[in-house]
Amino acid sequence: MVLQIVSIMLSALLTENFVMVKFYGICPFLGVSKKVETSIGMGMAVTFVMALASAFTWVVNKALLIPFGLDYLQTISFILIIAGLVQFVEMFMKKSMPAMYNALGIYLPLITTNCAVLGVTLLNVQNYPDNFIFALLYGIFAALGFTLAMVLMAGIREALDERAVPESFRGFPITLLTAGLMAIAFMGFSGFSIGG
Amino acid sequence: MDINNIIMAVVVVGGIGLIFGLLLAFAAHIFAVKKDERAEKIQAVLPGANCGSCGYAGCSAYAEAVARGDAPVNGCTVGKAPVAEKIAGIMGVEAGEVKEVVARVMCTGDRASVVYKYEYNGIEDCKAAVKFGGGAKGCQSGCVGLGRCAAACPFDAIHVINGVAVVDDTKCQACGKCVRECPKNLIKLIPKSQRHWVVCSNPETGKFVNQYCKNGCIGCHLCEKECHFDAIHVVDNHAVIDYDKCKNCGLCAKKCPRGVIVSKPRPGAKPKVEVQEG
Repeated sequence: MVLQIVSIMLSALLTENFVMVKFYGICPFLGVSKKVETSIGMGMAVTFVMALASAFTWVVNKALLIPFGLDYLQTISFILIIAGLVQFVEMFMKKSMPAMYNALGIYLPLITTNCAVLGVTLLNVQNYPDNFIFALLYGIFAALGFTLAMVLMAGIREALDERAVPESFRGFPITLLTAGLMAIAFMGFSGFSIGG
Repeated sequence: MDINNIIMAVVVVGGIGLIFGLLLAFAAHIFAVKKDERAEKIQAVLPGANCGSCGYAGCSAYAEAVARGDAPVNGCTVGKAPVAEKIAGIMGVEAGEVKEVVARVMCTGDRASVVYKYEYNGIEDCKAAVKFGGGAKGCQSGCVGLGRCAAACPFDAIHVINGVAVVDDTKCQACGKCVRECPKNLIKLIPKSQRHWVVCSNPETGKFVNQYCKNGCIGCHLCEKECHFDAIHVVDNHAVIDYDKCKNCGLCAKKCPRGVIVSKPRPGAKPKVEVQEG
C-alpha cells in the first residue's frame, strides 16, 4: 500500500511528468514561464484546480455516471466541473491577489481548456476507478509535477534573459529548444520503476 | 434507445451544471470585487483604435489608468478635445488644454528632385531598403519612399506620392505609429496650428546637398536673418523652427531660396499656393 502510494507520487511527479513526458498543458508551460514568481502562482492555481477536479470528478463518476450507465458523458461532465472550479479560482484570485490575477492574465481562465486537467481526471477514472485516495494523490502530484516543470523552465528563462543569445534564437526559439532538452533530461527518470 | 437514458443524461449533466452554477453565484457574492464604473464609462467614449499613443497598451488600459487617477484625462491624442471633455465630465475634473498635433514628414525629396544611386528592386519596405547603402536615394537622411509608414497607419492618412511620404491633414489622428516606423526618423508630431514647417533634415552642408537633392536645405541662414521672433535657426546644417516662438508670419517661407519651408494656407483663406517646392 505504502509502496503503491510512493509509486504513484513519484511517477506522477517525475517518470510520467505531465509536461515533460506526456506533453500535456504546453500552452501555460510556455506562456507563464517568464518569471519564477508567476509560474509558482500558476502552478498553485493549477494544483488547486487539479486536486479538486480529481476529487469531484471521481465522485461524480462513481456515484452518478457509472450507476446510471452514463460513462459516455465523462468528458462533457468533467469539463463542466473543471470550468466551474476555474471560475471559482478566478474569483478568488481577483479578490485576494489582484497582482497575481493580472500577471496570469488570459492563462488563468485557459486552465479550463488545459488538457492536463482534463487528462488527469480521465486517467484517474481509467486507472483508479475504485480508489479515491489514489485518484486524489495522482491528481495532486501530477499538478505538482506540472508546477515543477514550469518553475524549472522559468528559472532557466530568467537566466537566459541575461545571456547574449544569437538574434535568430531569441525569444521562443531558444525557449522551445530548452523545453526539448528538458524533456530529454526527464526521459532519464523513465528507467526507474518502483514496486514493480 | 430508452427514453429514460436520455432523461437521465439530461438530469445528471444539467444537475451538475445547476449545482455548480448556484455555488458560483454564491461565491461571486462573497468574492465580489468593487469595480470602478468610471473605467467602463471612459472606455465607452474612447475611440477604440487601440493605437497606444497615450502610452498605455490599449483603450481599456488607458481607461483604467484614468479611473485610478494615474493618467491625465486629455491623454487620448486620437479623440482630442471632445473626448477629453467627456472623460473630464466622467471624472469630474477640468479637461485642460489639449494641444492638437499632426504628423509631418521632414522631407520632400521626390523622384523629380533627388538623384538615385541605384535602382532598388528588393522587398517593398523601407527598413529592408535601408540595409543597402541607406536606401536608393543619394540623400542619406531622406525619405526612402517605400511606404512603411503608410502600411503602419491605422487611419489611411499617410501615402507615398512620387517617392516621398505625404501626410493627409484631414485624416491624421497623431497616433505616432508612423513616427516609430520610419527608419530615417523623418516623421515628427508638430502642433496642428503650425502653418509653416521645414521639410528637410539633412545634416550635411549645402555643397553636398546640392549634389543629390534640389529640394534640400543648404543651411544658408537667410530664414534665420529674416525671422523677427528668433524662432528659426540653422542646426546641423538645416533650418529648425522653434514652434513655441513661431508666430506663423511666413516670412521665412517667402525668403527661402530652396522652398524648403512649406506653408499651409490660413484656415478660411482662398486655396492659393503660397510656396510650394521647386
